[in-house]
Amino acid sequence: MATPTLDKVEAQSAASPYITATFRIRRFNPEVSDEVQWQDFQIEIDPKERVLDALHKIKWDIDGTLTFRRSCAHGICGSDAMRINGKNRLACKTLIKDVNPEKPITVEAIKGLTVLKDLVVDMDPFFQAYRDVMPFLITKGNEPTRERLQSAEDRERFDDTTKCILCAACTSSCPVFWNDGQYFGPAAIVNAHRFIFDSRDEGGEQRLEILNDRDGVWRCRTTFNCTDACPRGIEVTKAIQEVKRALITRRF
Amino acid sequence: MPAGTLYRGREGMWSWVAHRVTGVLIFFFLFVHVLDTALVRVSPEAYDDVVATYKTPIVALLEYGLVAAILFHALNGLRIVAVDFWAKGPRYQKQMLWSVVGIWVVLMVGALYPVLGHAVREVFGS
Repeated sequence: MATPTLDKVEAQSAASPYITATFRIRRFNPEVSDEVQWQDFQIEIDPKERVLDALHKIKWDIDGTLTFRRSCAHGICGSDAMRINGKNRLACKTLIKDVNPEKPITVEAIKGLTVLKDLVVDMDPFFQAYRDVMPFLITKGNEPTRERLQSAEDRERFDDTTKCILCAACTSSCPVFWNDGQYFGPAAIVNAHRFIFDSRDEGGEQRLEILNDRDGVWRCRTTFNCTDACPRGIEVTKAIQEVKRALITRRF
Repeated sequence: MPAGTLYRGREGMWSWVAHRVTGVLIFFFLFVHVLDTALVRVSPEAYDDVVATYKTPIVALLEYGLVAAILFHALNGLRIVAVDFWAKGPRYQKQMLWSVVGIWVVLMVGALYPVLGHAVREVFGS
């Protein structure tokens, strides 16, 4: 029984799915140099693997100093947003075959946040904007003894914006945010939207006041980069527009 | 530290860039326009001289460029209003952009004769 199994393995390796792909990674290490540099890595990899697998291969087999964030590696934790071929994506949700491995695949840190090392950026301003919109349930009066009930229609109202994983792909794709980090950014507005339009929440008025600020929703120039970049498919620009309209009509 | 490669945005981002560029161009035109119109208060002869230079073919070409910039800025402006105020606007932004481009092309063809007719007669004779 052992021999046929061996034959099968040999037949498989003959038709190797592997290709040679070049990864052009933007390296930055402040302990070595203030300059950034592009470094090419050539690796043998199955194009059906993800860009994150390629980064792992490089880090584990070629250059251990390559630095990037990742945690769950399955598109839920939102750690590995990076700019792949010029566009913000999650490395763990991007298949190599989808980013044209014929040419060198460029990988760089997301834009608009300070690069700490290689692909790792300082996320503090991003999460500060998130905290500033108070992303938690605000209620008045006595706590009910049971759950706070909500109809399916009321839940549907903000369903899209509950999907956010806070990866910063949207905020760091926004030209307004690149120019001025004071702008709340799409992700914070999406998370404000999630509570503003929640029928159980009573802090909508406060959140709207926060976003009525000069660095709030009015700085959105509807470039739709955020909607295109969102790995969860949230219609980010639409959510921002709904907050704008809620500010004008005070109906939410 | 340099910002890295150009972000590969799609229609939305490039229409925003075009909106900004045409907006700045229109501002420069208005700046010149206020100056040349104000010149009539200084000296009507100088004003006539300046306006006479506007009849040259090169300025006619610039005028055609101005028509192009204003038409795009105006039409895309309507699209942006729709994106912000029409509930389905964000979902149809690409279709609206291509409609804007389509209407823009038609109007630009329509503007060919009124704007450039005089210059063509001047250059090639009538």
